[in-house]
Amino acid sequence: MRANKSMQWMFLAAALQVLPSLAIAQQGEIHVGKVTGHADAGKQLYYRFCWGCHGFRGDGNGENGPYLNILPRNFVAATFKCRSTPTGTLPTDEDLYDSVGRGFTNSNMPAWISLTKQQRADMVAFIKTFSPRWKTDKSGDPINVPAEPAVTLDSIKHGKELFTKLECWKCHGQEGRGDGPSASTLTDSNDQPIRPYNFAAGSRFKCGTTNHDLYKIFMTGLDGTPMPSFADVIKPEDAWDLVHYLRTLQVTHKSPELALWMTTKEGAEIVKAQKIVGTPTGADIEQ
Amino acid sequence: MRTKQAFMAGVAILAAATMTSAVPGGGTVSGRVTYEGTPAKQKPIDMSKEPSCAKQYATPPPTETVVTGPNNALENVVVYISAGAPDEPPPSQAAVLAQKGCRYLPHVLAFQVNQELKITNEDQTSHNIHPLAKINREWNKSQPPGTPPFSEKYDKMEFIPVKCNVHPWMHGTFAVLKNSHYSISGNDGGFTLPNLPPGKYTVTAFHESYGDQTQEVSIADSETKNVNFVFKAKPY
Repeated sequence: MRANKSMQWMFLAAALQVLPSLAIAQQGEIHVGKVTGHADAGKQLYYRFCWGCHGFRGDGNGENGPYLNILPRNFVAATFKCRSTPTGTLPTDEDLYDSVGRGFTNSNMPAWISLTKQQRADMVAFIKTFSPRWKTDKSGDPINVPAEPAVTLDSIKHGKELFTKLECWKCHGQEGRGDGPSASTLTDSNDQPIRPYNFAAGSRFKCGTTNHDLYKIFMTGLDGTPMPSFADVIKPEDAWDLVHYLRTLQVTHKSPELALWMTTKEGAEIVKAQKIVGTPTGADIEQ
Repeated sequence: MRTKQAFMAGVAILAAATMTSAVPGGGTVSGRVTYEGTPAKQKPIDMSKEPSCAKQYATPPPTETVVTGPNNALENVVVYISAGAPDEPPPSQAAVLAQKGCRYLPHVLAFQVNQELKITNEDQTSHNIHPLAKINREWNKSQPPGTPPFSEKYDKMEFIPVKCNVHPWMHGTFAVLKNSHYSISGNDGGFTLPNLPPGKYTVTAFHESYGDQTQEVSIADSETKNVNFVFKAKPY
């Protein structure tokens, strides 16, 4: 009888130990390709590398926060700029994983390529524990990005028309320098001033470097910023034309689009006209 | 045959009678929303950066953060039953927000959880609709001129400030509410919440600049209770 009771106790104790860890394993796991990230491992990394800016509670109020111009992401609000998913939806695990590895140009977020893939996946699993949204909402379905058509002059010219028609220039400026009429008034969703992207500076985009990334940026929008989603108003084939034109605005960045655009009189004149005396635009810089 | 018809008609009348009496009670809460003190002076909006909108006005329209009427009436206050009434399924018709003359019409739009919200652009310029939701999901969509209306819905109660980033003077409010018992005060500050079954209710008044106030009300049978709200106006 006595032995029986102690057996029961042992069983209960074992069950109590196993059950919560099972629950945590299910909640705190993410999958990126073949890598499975674990929140418990990510927690160690977070409180070593991330919390100084993103805060003890993941709310973006780390001790470095006040000194940063672009505020660290608030993981509790769970609004993310770089997504493959429609505006207003949560990003995929892969989106977050890519952001950790890529870092954010023009901000203080470095590319964490010094960490292993496993470690980055673990971090993503952990930052997802900060917001209850991950329990109530599902990640959005990634938008469909059709295959990129060939770069042609017609495509670039049509893209230019769209840039005017969709009024991208209101914020990004006629020459894509981030100096449109509304640029100085822009604030993000935390009422912090924010600048539109300056194409002429030629730096990487907020959410990547490729044409594919550029396509996703204006189709999904950068949530939490003034950059809206154009998914409902641009057809996929038109979107690629816009991508091709936007590349020509990166006058300091060598691209097939810019090279082709420069072969035309119109293109060459426009790119040359962008040169402001005393300011290197790159149009005359050896690439 | 004739008796049968008469009988059917009688049944129909009876059914109609029971249906109308089945409509929950006839109690009403009504009253006025006013302010005391000096409200902030509303300045004319400078739309010179958007000529297609500016030319629609003979004189520039004022901002709408505080809109007042005669006898200290406070307009654009959402008065709603915040407790005591059950949550209701959304109505089938959509709540419509129009963007016209670079302003939101109406400035304050109230609708129910999961009700269709339809957004139209009647201007010759691109707007982006950016409701700064905190409880619901935040989204931000561009709507160039001539594009068809789009629809959205919210699944949680929230008061959401709405803005257009392209035209920084454009501000509005979405009031996403759990039931159909709401009213927005008009130019005389008046509101009416009809069809309230007998019971105890919490009535809340929300103003985008002055916050909210609540009052408790008990409704018996089909009486009409008068409830007034007074907001303290701030000059800045």
